[in-house]
Amino acid sequence: MAFLQGRLVDNLPKVYGIYTGGFIVFIILMSILSSLGVSAATIGILFVAFTICIYAIIGWLSRTMQLDAYYVAGREVPAVYNGMATAADWMSGASFVALAGGVYFGGYVYMAFVVGWTGGYVLVNALMAPYLRKFGCYTVPDFIGTRYGGNLARLCAVIVLVVASFTYVTAQINASGTIAARALQIPFSVGIWVGLAAILMCSMLGGMRAVTWTQVAQYIVLIIAYLTPVIWMSNVQGFGIIPHFSYGGAVHRIQELQPLVKLGTAATESFKGLSTLKTPINASGSTMESWRFFTLCLCMMCGTASLPHILMRYFTTPSVRAARKSVGWSLFFIFLLYFSAPCLATLTKLQLLDPNLPTSIIGKPFAAVADLAWIKNWSAVGMLKLSDSNHDGILQLNEFFMRPDIVVLATPEMAGLPYVISGLVAAGGLAAAMSTADGLLLAIANALSHDLFYKMIDPNADTRLRLVVARVLLVIIGAAACAIASLQLTGILGAVAWAFDFACSGLFFPLILGVWWKRANREGAIAGMVCGFVAGSAYLWYVEHGGAPWIGIDHLRFAIIGMPVSLITMVAVTLMTPEPDAETQRMVDEVRVPSGGTILAQTH
Amino acid sequence: MAANDEKRRQHWAKTRNLTIVILIFWAIFSFVLPWNAYDLNSISFIGFPLGFYFTAQGSLIAFVLLIWIQNMFQDKIDDEFGMGEG
Repeated sequence: MAFLQGRLVDNLPKVYGIYTGGFIVFIILMSILSSLGVSAATIGILFVAFTICIYAIIGWLSRTMQLDAYYVAGREVPAVYNGMATAADWMSGASFVALAGGVYFGGYVYMAFVVGWTGGYVLVNALMAPYLRKFGCYTVPDFIGTRYGGNLARLCAVIVLVVASFTYVTAQINASGTIAARALQIPFSVGIWVGLAAILMCSMLGGMRAVTWTQVAQYIVLIIAYLTPVIWMSNVQGFGIIPHFSYGGAVHRIQELQPLVKLGTAATESFKGLSTLKTPINASGSTMESWRFFTLCLCMMCGTASLPHILMRYFTTPSVRAARKSVGWSLFFIFLLYFSAPCLATLTKLQLLDPNLPTSIIGKPFAAVADLAWIKNWSAVGMLKLSDSNHDGILQLNEFFMRPDIVVLATPEMAGLPYVISGLVAAGGLAAAMSTADGLLLAIANALSHDLFYKMIDPNADTRLRLVVARVLLVIIGAAACAIASLQLTGILGAVAWAFDFACSGLFFPLILGVWWKRANREGAIAGMVCGFVAGSAYLWYVEHGGAPWIGIDHLRFAIIGMPVSLITMVAVTLMTPEPDAETQRMVDEVRVPSGGTILAQTH
Repeated sequence: MAANDEKRRQHWAKTRNLTIVILIFWAIFSFVLPWNAYDLNSISFIGFPLGFYFTAQGSLIAFVLLIWIQNMFQDKIDDEFGMGEG
């Protein structure tokens, strides 16, 4: 291994270049095996098993017993690679698996997820990342605790962080379980534990350092897996090699087809968890619809800027400037997937609807469609259902029921692409879910071990004990998330949106004002966190228990209630209490200057 | 110290103004254009209805550019006051 001599950070282009090449060779090998008659099931298992092994090896090679490496990857991750790691950290099972499906079923309003989950990074870059990096903290509650002072503020931040991240992580484990179950052909209840074992292998030994380097590897897998079917499908349908700038024709064609397939006719039957397509692809022009877009978009953006597992990625760069640069790279890498999602949703929709395409199923004889391999495969696992409600022997749009989550996973099969692509997509989805779960579990475990255990319970604990506690917590939290995920409480996208709402209800204003308003003090921050979080949660409780949503603010948007409450109480309480002491004010001044050392000591 | 404080004040004033300008553009691409997607759809842009194009792609491209542009100007501001990190 002569080429790997020296530090890993000096050899990154070489290491990941070889890795990417190796992965492509693996894909080619799989397609050769497939053409030699190896079964689809075996190919799927090989894809998932191979990629998990690679991540586990990286995780093992990155093991560490140093605090700085465990908590912030030694603060030596170059901007581009931190960008890739953040992109994988960010793009969850929801982005990979459910986003295109959401756009497919939800039309215009669901594009708020696409705009919200990218535009949030402008906020991260403009308001947060460089300042938090300058601060030099290990965790987000570390910032709150030091900026405002006192254990109570720190504790409030830990609680909000744990609730938001835990909601999120159950959705990720749910997603990795779904994919593992399908690819490895095991029951879902076993699949989630297999998923968890794989996730822990990446993070337990090396903490942030191991997670960083596996996330870069996972990003490479997931982006190849996402773009390949999109580009392939576009070629089949004649929209060129890069469809992103030329699928306008598909949008127009779907608008033409919508009345022909009687879009909007309600289904006469219903199946739990499955939906029929009812929403038109484009905006209908009602103010309510624009309002629903706006509110969802705002919640997702502010949530992005307050989710600790994302913010803590920017603690790992060597400098403030590198932190900013890496936000730019993060969004670029995220953008590659996000601007493909509406494209994928549109092309998938077209190929199911357009009678001129051989893949179309709507309007075709019911028996013939029911006999298609992909329909049978996905029906067998209960994620798809055909029901000839009006007994006319023809499949209508309102007789085709599908779980929104499967649009991406099933697309290669719908389009008749070779099974290798399906295996690749499964590996990509798994990479997305695993990488996010890793980041989230680490965010929770680090907050509990650093902020709760070390800063509040036992400030004299030595390095060894701190790292053991961090790892034990990681396993306990993972197991707890797994147990809850096995209950399958809500769809993937639903639970993810909640995490964003929780995070921005409690943390958005205390974080931002901590940098941007020198006068902000402890009492105000605590009031803002508690009142915002409680108000948002109470509203969620109200909506979930049958309360009528006020002006369209449903369970996906409850931060629209939480955030203003947080802002108003924080400002009001701050102004009623004395201003922070001179030392704190000097600290805020210092945070605003990029040069010079971090505020907190190197190892704390 | 006084000269240093003055430098910091100016640096922060410029940083703040840049941030405000960026956030105005951010709001246009996040909220103003998508809010009016239906009306914009009557305009055609490289074969797309314009409103659809912005919510699906155009705003995303704008966000990537906004971050890179902000960082470029911020680096200049930091260097101007000798507060860059080399």
